[in-house]
Amino acid sequence: MKNLGEALERVTRVAGIRGAMLVAESDGLVVAEALADGLDGAAVAALAASLTLRLRRTATSAGLAVPLVVQLRAERGIVLTVPAGDDLLLVAVAERDANLGLARLELRQAAAQLGS
Amino acid sequence: MTDPIRELTAQLASDPQSLVFLELGEALRNRGQPAAAYKVARMGVNRYPELAASHDLLARVLADQGDRHAAAEAWRRVLELSPGHLGANKGLAFLAFRAGDPGGALPFLESALGAAPGDEGLAIAVQRVRTALDSAATRAAAAATVTPATGILRGAEGFEPFEEARGVVLLDAQGLRLAGTLEAPDGSDVSDALAAHLQGVSREASRTARLLDLGAWESVTAESVDGHLLVLPPTQSTVLVLLRDARVPVGRLALIAEQAARAARSWLERLA
Repeated sequence: MKNLGEALERVTRVAGIRGAMLVAESDGLVVAEALADGLDGAAVAALAASLTLRLRRTATSAGLAVPLVVQLRAERGIVLTVPAGDDLLLVAVAERDANLGLARLELRQAAAQLGS
Repeated sequence: MTDPIRELTAQLASDPQSLVFLELGEALRNRGQPAAAYKVARMGVNRYPELAASHDLLARVLADQGDRHAAAEAWRRVLELSPGHLGANKGLAFLAFRAGDPGGALPFLESALGAAPGDEGLAIAVQRVRTALDSAATRAAAAATVTPATGILRGAEGFEPFEEARGVVLLDAQGLRLAGTLEAPDGSDVSDALAAHLQGVSREASRTARLLDLGAWESVTAESVDGHLLVLPPTQSTVLVLLRDARVPVGRLALIAEQAARAARSWLERLA
């Protein structure tokens, strides 16, 4: 799973990213993770998958295509998810002051790498 | 039930003839308890059929529930009892806007402005509607072009802007639409379809942020190839949703959303 490790690493290299993980979207289980201490991978996976699924339904009900990026912004951090192939989500947890532009770019490129 | 509501309920129970039902009904509306608010308002109308304020309360509750016909009837009764009533004129204007009839809203806005000549928001609304009606081409262009900046500037001016801004909608805690309209990329109205889902989004976002120890959630964004959707809570009991073409950059959308949230709070304060 060299590609998987590389994909997660390119995301976690971005300043302010506390961790990245690959998640099975349908059941919210962790496939692979690279997280900083203090982050509960199972919780991140389950919650991010559930939120993404909810947003997907909402977006499609508005006549939009399936979201390419979902972002939750909160007081003390940000959660980003992008689809990464069949039933997979790439998830990142970021600090509030992270370079989000770069993080999003790396996430999408990593997702493409995983999906190829 | 919050303490103030309990207190008002107790006051009403101890003195059923008092006018405290007006305050109680508003408190229940603000708490997002439309069924209880309706009972109180209906009781008030039965008890005080000649009191304009009781019909005004009932009209507000009915409007909250989306029963425009009954709300309009109640507000018309208010005007019979109290010609020039500010709340009734604003309410009837609101309903006309929501029905897509700015021409029908104008006389009510003008009457409201007559009753409150210093109300800057009303003055702007009247002027805007007059201008729009005078220029069908301008109006058509305004309706066809979802200009984010225009939407938020309008939103800061009063309740009527949300009726015109097609890319923003404000929902209450139960997912009922308070103001605004959202259109899908194909131009169809998706406000109610989205509203049905957004209560769940709000709950999910709150849960995710809390369980990951990220504090209170501030916004959720979904970016698609054909549009961006942004959801945020301007108050604890409301959710604001913005839908924009994918050409609007996400960073700009976030700024628009912040301004729209401020406008929504201002609008809610005016209504309260």
